[in-house]
Amino acid sequence: MEVKSKKEEKKIKKKMTLANLAAGSPAKVVKVAGKTVVSRRLMEMGVVPGVAVTVIKTAPFGDPIQIRVRGYSLAMRKSEAEIIEVSE
Amino acid sequence: MKRVFQGSISKAAIPLGIVEKNGGERQNAAKPQLTIALSGNPNAGKTTLFNVLTGLKQKVANYPGVTVERKEGVWKLGDTAARLIDLPGLYSLDVTSLDEQIASDVLTGQMSGLAKPDVVVAAVDATNLERNLYLVTQLLEFKIPVVIALTMVDAAEKQSLEVDSRKLSKLLKIPVIPVIATQRKGISELSEAVLRVAAENKAPRLPWLADSDFSEDVKDIHLSLSDDAAANKKIFARYNYISDIYQESVNQKQTLERNISDKIDGVLTHKFFGLVILIAVLLLVFQTIFSWASLPMDLLEQGFGALGDFVKTSLPEGILNDLLVDGIIAGVGGVLVFLPQILLLFLFLSILEDTGYMARAAFLLDKLMSRVGLHGKAFLPLLSSFACAIPGIMATRTIENRHDRLATILIAPFMSCSARLPVYTLMIGAFFTGQTVFGFLSVGAVLMLAMYFLGIIVAIIVAFILKRTILKSPPPPFVMELPPYRLPNFRTVLQNMFTRAGLFLKRAGTVILAISIILWALTYFPRTTEKVQSEKFTAQSQNETVVNDEQPSTGESAQLQNSYAGRLGHFIEPVIEPLGFDWKIGVALIASFAAREVLVSTLSIIYNTGKDANEESETLISAIRNAKKDDGSAVWSPLTALTLMVFFVLAIQCMSTIAVVRRETNSWSWTLFMVAYMTGLAYLAAFLTYQGGKLLGFG
Repeated sequence: MEVKSKKEEKKIKKKMTLANLAAGSPAKVVKVAGKTVVSRRLMEMGVVPGVAVTVIKTAPFGDPIQIRVRGYSLAMRKSEAEIIEVSE
Repeated sequence: MKRVFQGSISKAAIPLGIVEKNGGERQNAAKPQLTIALSGNPNAGKTTLFNVLTGLKQKVANYPGVTVERKEGVWKLGDTAARLIDLPGLYSLDVTSLDEQIASDVLTGQMSGLAKPDVVVAAVDATNLERNLYLVTQLLEFKIPVVIALTMVDAAEKQSLEVDSRKLSKLLKIPVIPVIATQRKGISELSEAVLRVAAENKAPRLPWLADSDFSEDVKDIHLSLSDDAAANKKIFARYNYISDIYQESVNQKQTLERNISDKIDGVLTHKFFGLVILIAVLLLVFQTIFSWASLPMDLLEQGFGALGDFVKTSLPEGILNDLLVDGIIAGVGGVLVFLPQILLLFLFLSILEDTGYMARAAFLLDKLMSRVGLHGKAFLPLLSSFACAIPGIMATRTIENRHDRLATILIAPFMSCSARLPVYTLMIGAFFTGQTVFGFLSVGAVLMLAMYFLGIIVAIIVAFILKRTILKSPPPPFVMELPPYRLPNFRTVLQNMFTRAGLFLKRAGTVILAISIILWALTYFPRTTEKVQSEKFTAQSQNETVVNDEQPSTGESAQLQNSYAGRLGHFIEPVIEPLGFDWKIGVALIASFAAREVLVSTLSIIYNTGKDANEESETLISAIRNAKKDDGSAVWSPLTALTLMVFFVLAIQCMSTIAVVRRETNSWSWTLFMVAYMTGLAYLAAFLTYQGGKLLGFG
């Protein structure tokens, strides 16, 4: 995964989350932050540290996003994807 | 029979009741020896399996005090009859949602009227094994024997996903039975396995909790949200265990081909085509419930009309005749007319849900809906409400979060439904015909559109306020599975449709029947003879300064004026006077509480133009235009008409909606809150319209 655009460079300086992961590039979950109903739900749905995830697409109005995890499709809002820390 | 499923009745009575009702064979009448819970993720094929296992011997009700649906039936395992409880479709049992709480209560035997299940059958989707097995690990932690019904094995094969069910069974140490429910494959093996584990009744092994990290109390299933570290550790432990099992029992042949669902998604959630197709689908649904349902609706209406005529002529004249014809047949018939709309809407909803498209529609529209604070899934119920709020409110069942669902229910009736059309048409016909704005737009069309927009805007504002005040909750997670596209099972769709229709008829029917009779009685009593009438009116004019009407009051009109409804009209006159309404409009408002379109027929009776006048009838329109107050001034002005229209946009004025809201929220307080706030808003808006209009020099 080479860094291509300025936009992506910026992202790397910041914490990389599922919300700013480019569509199609595979990643691994590092951490699901927060102690909320959302973080709990995400983990129960299989988004736990170490699992492989891919962003498939963004909805027409820019939110929510669709990801693939453990062989199925999961949709979530960007605000929810932000708590999922990932590494490439 | 009716109350059998309220949960307060003894356990044994329930399945027996079902058997009797279905006129079952003698062998069925045996007392069920087992209680079995059916659990599984949403979209795991649980409903189809339930239908196949129980056949038509099933019953739907709510769990006591909540809106969660409770489905159960009798499953015959050889000569053992088992009581099969269909738990809500769940991803987890960690008790963060109402559904989870209920499932947990059932599994621990704390649900009233239900014994702790002897066995849990877990529907596990072979194409989505890891996440489905998560729920299984939790089920096992309840220490109830579990049998896995491995569903979608045919779909897994198509994806070249080889699930070794024997290996899976060996690793999990529980029976794993591949089933293809629609072809009844694996069903007898499933019942054998269930009987076997029920006889053994061994406590399941929980190797993922064997780790020394978990002390005995952490092994307890009920971990509170606050105990995060321990709870998370448990989630990880379960998934680690599952990953190991998955590696060993599943062989995924490498296929570079994108799966079919992704390909379909390429079109259906496409940035441009996705939206175009969505609009087309919504138009089709809307068109169907709005206009294609009108033929069967007309037939039903004529049918009830004919029934009314038949009863009227064949029974002797008198109070019973009037009660049956004008009260019960007219009132209940007026509601049953909605049945075709409801059937069609639920047909569509079932298809959209079962194919997996509903989740996509929510995915596409969530951004728009979230601005108001609602879930993407609220869109379709709100759209349906333009045809009729009743199917719209029933369609909110697809929204899982209770607060979101309530907010959607509370604003759905603001969408201008088809029953408001006669009111708009009458008012526009009487005061705004032939006028144009900008030379080409008819004022009527502009006003009509304005009424629709008024409803939408108020709905948005109310939703916004509700979601920040009484329905305030952390924004519910949107986190939602986009299930693989599947062909809907025809039988499931039909069964779902008829179950819903049955519930509507039964529950709403009882409330509607009661209100119909009350409203009928209000307009029917006290009986007016010519003599009594004049006495009553003299008496009245002493109390109030109401002078008798100059119009000759005869027959129905006289009866209505002197009835309790008429007196109520007089009684509320001071309240509605600031809206520019007189007591006659008051009577019409009270009567049209039954249904909005009743306003037209009530005005016809009041103005003596005959009961059968419709919103386009010239006599009624001219009667309205010529109606005079006691001082000789006109009752109606264009401003009054506009005020009445505004009132009807916002007022609930529909007992069927009220009955359905009561049923769907399972709460009288929410229902009454809705009636109160909608009526209040309608009054306020009408007040502002009329007084504002007067200040501006209209009217």
